Amino acid sequence: MSTLEIKDLHVSIETEQGVKKQILKGVSLTINTGETHAIMGPNGSGKSTLASTIAGHPRYTVDSGSITLDGEDVLAMSVDERARAGLFLAMQYPVEVPGVTMTNFLRTAKTALDGEAPSLRHWTKDVKGAMSQLRIDADFAQRNVNEGFSGGEKKRVEILQLELFHPKFAILDETDSGLDVDALKVVSEGVNREHANGNMGTLLITHYTRILRYIKPDYVHVFVDGRIAEQGGPELADRLEEEGYDRFTNAGAASA
Amino acid sequence: MSKLNDAVVNTAENVAETVAEKVSNAVEGVKARIGAPSGDRRVRIDGFTEEGENLSPLNDSSPVLGGDSSKSHSHGAGAGIPDSSRAGRLTSFNRADFGKLTGREEDWRFTPLKRLRGLHTQDLTGTAPEVAVVAPEGITVAGIGRDDARIGTAGIPEDLVAAAAWEAFTEATLVSIPKDMQAEGTVTLSITGAGTDPAAQHVVIEAGAFSKAVVVLDHKGSATLSQNVEIIVGDGAELTVISVQDWDDDAVHASAQYAKVGRDARFKHVVVSLGGDLVRVTPSSKFTATGGDVQMFGLYYADAGQHLEQRLFVDHAVPNCKSRVMYKGALQGKDAHTVWVGDVLIRKEAEGTDTYEVNRNLLLTDGGRADSVPNLEIETGLIEGAGHASATGRFDDEHLFYLMARGIPEDIARRLVVRGFLNEIIQQIRVPELEERLTAAVERELAQVEN
Repeated sequence: MSTLEIKDLHVSIETEQGVKKQILKGVSLTINTGETHAIMGPNGSGKSTLASTIAGHPRYTVDSGSITLDGEDVLAMSVDERARAGLFLAMQYPVEVPGVTMTNFLRTAKTALDGEAPSLRHWTKDVKGAMSQLRIDADFAQRNVNEGFSGGEKKRVEILQLELFHPKFAILDETDSGLDVDALKVVSEGVNREHANGNMGTLLITHYTRILRYIKPDYVHVFVDGRIAEQGGPELADRLEEEGYDRFTNAGAASA
Repeated sequence: MSKLNDAVVNTAENVAETVAEKVSNAVEGVKARIGAPSGDRRVRIDGFTEEGENLSPLNDSSPVLGGDSSKSHSHGAGAGIPDSSRAGRLTSFNRADFGKLTGREEDWRFTPLKRLRGLHTQDLTGTAPEVAVVAPEGITVAGIGRDDARIGTAGIPEDLVAAAAWEAFTEATLVSIPKDMQAEGTVTLSITGAGTDPAAQHVVIEAGAFSKAVVVLDHKGSATLSQNVEIIVGDGAELTVISVQDWDDDAVHASAQYAKVGRDARFKHVVVSLGGDLVRVTPSSKFTATGGDVQMFGLYYADAGQHLEQRLFVDHAVPNCKSRVMYKGALQGKDAHTVWVGDVLIRKEAEGTDTYEVNRNLLLTDGGRADSVPNLEIETGLIEGAGHASATGRFDDEHLFYLMARGIPEDIARRLVVRGFLNEIIQQIRVPELEERLTAAVERELAQVEN
């Protein structure tokens, strides 16, 4: 079993005007293998910043606090080292990488993650199988990474990687946004399949409660203004579904 | 930070020139157009036509070969008044007509003349590079004299250095692909530099009607060379010409390559510039009859101190022809300099033209400079399509982040992207041995940036 532990994390960015802006103001969170944590919150509350910071995006500066994976200091690792340590970020806006085919990309990543090239026969079979379960056309393998893919296709390809790379912890950054119901089901099934293997913890970042009908969280954390404002079990999600984020944002406005 | 995709991105470091675009000599009301005002309701403004401002009255209908300035002289020479159109550029077989190069000329403004090793000032009397030939059966490669009728049929020099070579060459190499021949395999001219004295060379490639062939010009060794390459693509022929500049580090090479494209002919031209201190390739394609299809590709990879320049010209002089241009360049190291200028001219007569040109540059390190100038000149509005795009970007941090977030180390991620970026051109070559060699060459270049 593995543990991803975030302690009192403070994160800032430099705005385009060169002004430092604090986004996370002391976030603590512990995730164990087999657990699914949903992070919910209004726009601009810092949900995606948490995801990008865990993955090591250079735009975000950690001012204080720690992230550890089984006691190892994640913040000291480069982006690729974090991935090789078992962290996987399914991106909100996967970039297009022209000139690099999916096949080439997936094999190169798998080789880097495992430290050795996958056996060609099994790998090809695994890729084909995972693609068909996610209803990704076979010809995508020959296309360039994310190039010309629709929003839904890009998200499916993120989950395809999740299923092929078997991370210890998956961070899904608004994987549900922009998906129609059918695509949402397909993507959720993919996450659930991988979760069912029992070797993964999941941090599910979402604005909407819709995806929680398909992926059942063990814990729900509500993010407001860079902090966790409330946490609880799945019932908290149901309450948010009915009430929205108003009581958090209004409270914030009242106290300001 | 900028992207490699279709968005044209400007950063402070981006030295891509702004797009210079000109619409001139538009035709007035040749055909009725849907939605256009007609009859008395049309408002008339002096100097304006339906298609736009009538900028230059000088270049009414200039001949396909040679600008206006050539009209006055029996052999294409003459110092007429060059006008602002690409068609009006001085063309001449005589070096003297070009006067003296100052470096301020539009077509030389990016070139460091001092590094030409005398190509623009001395007589080109050095030993011409050796030409070794491998050709499939049925294709003849032979030396021909200066007085051969085929010489001068595809092009006229447009600059001093090309004219100097034209005056100086003693014997030309003729590659002749017979009519109807479907060549198996590739014609390769291995051109090996024979010394550093300024030299001249002339090559003529003639593809007979309905023939099909691939010709490779493979430049190696060291040289100070000005070269004219004439390419005659016969009616219905399908010809690919690949010019590889894989010179030693000190080589200086100016190559003017002129293609004359016949009726319904298909012509593919690929320029690959890797080695040499200063390489300047000026390919042009001129359509002489309807139905022609031209593709021009280029790949250049400039290291520290290297100057790689490409200036191309597509001349849509007749109706219903199609052209596509794509040049991609990578730069690494201090004072790596690349220049790409793409001129496309759609003449008044060239209705139904379909053209698009693209230039992409990828700056892998600080200290390089990529100049990119797409020019599109349209003299008729009755076309299928015309467009261009240019983007110069740094190796994108977002690409790097995406790949590294999947466990791929930075150096491998960089290779993956550069390989991918340039592979789009390499895969156009379709000569497996050459593709492999160029892929390996790109790998070697990449290895340099890591050390």
